[in-house]
Amino acid sequence: MVSENSLPAIEVKNLDRYFGPIHAVRDISFSINPGEVLGFLGPNGAGKSTTMKMITGFLEPSGGSVRVNGHNVVEEPIKIKKAIGYLPEGAPSYGEMRVRDFLLFVAEIRGLTGSNKAQRVDEIIKEINLEGVVDQSIETLSKGYKRRVGVAQSILHDPEILIMDEPTDGLDPNQKHEVRKLIKDMSANKAIVISTHILEEVDAVCTRAIIIAKGKLLFDGTPEELRSQSSNNDIDDAFRKITTGSEVA
Amino acid sequence: MNNIIAILKRELYGYFATPVAYVFIVIFLFLSGLFTFYMGGFYERNQADLIAFFSFHPILYLFLIPAISMRLWSEERKSGTIELMLTLPITTADAVIGKFLAAWVFAGIALALTFPIWITVNYLGDPDNTVILASYIGSFLMAGGFLAIGSCISALTKSQVIAFVISVVICFLFYVSGTPIVLNFFTGWAPEALINAVSAMSVLTHADSIQKGIIDIRDIIYFSVLIAFWLYANVITIEAKKAG
Repeated sequence: MVSENSLPAIEVKNLDRYFGPIHAVRDISFSINPGEVLGFLGPNGAGKSTTMKMITGFLEPSGGSVRVNGHNVVEEPIKIKKAIGYLPEGAPSYGEMRVRDFLLFVAEIRGLTGSNKAQRVDEIIKEINLEGVVDQSIETLSKGYKRRVGVAQSILHDPEILIMDEPTDGLDPNQKHEVRKLIKDMSANKAIVISTHILEEVDAVCTRAIIIAKGKLLFDGTPEELRSQSSNNDIDDAFRKITTGSEVA
Repeated sequence: MNNIIAILKRELYGYFATPVAYVFIVIFLFLSGLFTFYMGGFYERNQADLIAFFSFHPILYLFLIPAISMRLWSEERKSGTIELMLTLPITTADAVIGKFLAAWVFAGIALALTFPIWITVNYLGDPDNTVILASYIGSFLMAGGFLAIGSCISALTKSQVIAFVISVVICFLFYVSGTPIVLNFFTGWAPEALINAVSAMSVLTHADSIQKGIIDIRDIIYFSVLIAFWLYANVITIEAKKAG
């Protein structure tokens, strides 16, 4: 176990991905340790989602490697999928299912059985505040609730590694606050990656930030270091400076 | 195995949580009755058998089976749930088999609900029930073959309409490959062996002999290979196409 713990939770090395002629992810390397919350920043189409899809084993890299707890994602996909909780972009779920049934389905695939399964689903429903809608079909829910169902699904098995693609997109300010609090509360012993467009989120929850634009990694450091990239210590200015190369006041 | 069962249960839940299941079953029962009594001349034949009933199943399946299979993967791809499912700790093969089995069980339920015709023929006469049982098995196997084709095709596209149309065409070609429609295309230039091979691929030939009450191991093998081949192609298709 000691040797397991000394490994980074996620280690991305020289990752490349092509979609036909499009070079979506170019030679990206970084790693994350348990206890870190990594903010994935970048303009739309920068390659954030594609990178996340490769870490979670949905897409195969065109080049380079991803290791999760030391296991190669391509060679041992089931092992790494067990360790990861993943909220895909847009929080997709089966619209015709009722919230509780959907969570029970995910719990079953996650290997929970019998009373454990029902108990854990009830816990999550409480934790994410889904009590009012458990018997509604997911397609009838508001965007905020749908997103929360997605979050619930991703943390159901208490994963060591949590990857969330825009977890607060489409939520109202109160819901955003709740999700951020949830992420913070879980961050002590997990390695968490979240992608976001909201730079204040980086300050609020992240211990580290990575900026990707046009498939390339442009910045990797703490939020303070990111801020200090701009002359007036502003995180938005720093983002613009790094991604466009020009500082706009 | 547990994963396959979990997927199978979720899929069946999906059928019955939406009108899809009920509409399909009602239409299937209605059309099979219509064909049996009006086109098959069930009463006029004055025979205690179900040939009038089973002989229209291939035609029914040609259109109704792709209607079940078209949504299997197209919908997952369109709604993005494919990403959710394939990042759960299951293999692509688990997902393919689970979804296929759910569709097959569903087709089986629809088929089983035609039992009143079996009761009717037993009430009216003294049919050979082993032939009827064999016919049901043959019909079920044919449904499985068409479903495997349709499942693979639906993995190719996000559009259910395209999946439906292409599945109908491919099922039709497999259905008629033993008839002149397809064989005439090959005669004259293709070697005898190829023509025989194409002819042997016909769903019609194999389903026919089972429906006559003869369960030949070769027919069972034919359908097993047909299903296995298309499901294997289904897995390959998903691996290759899930990104877009």
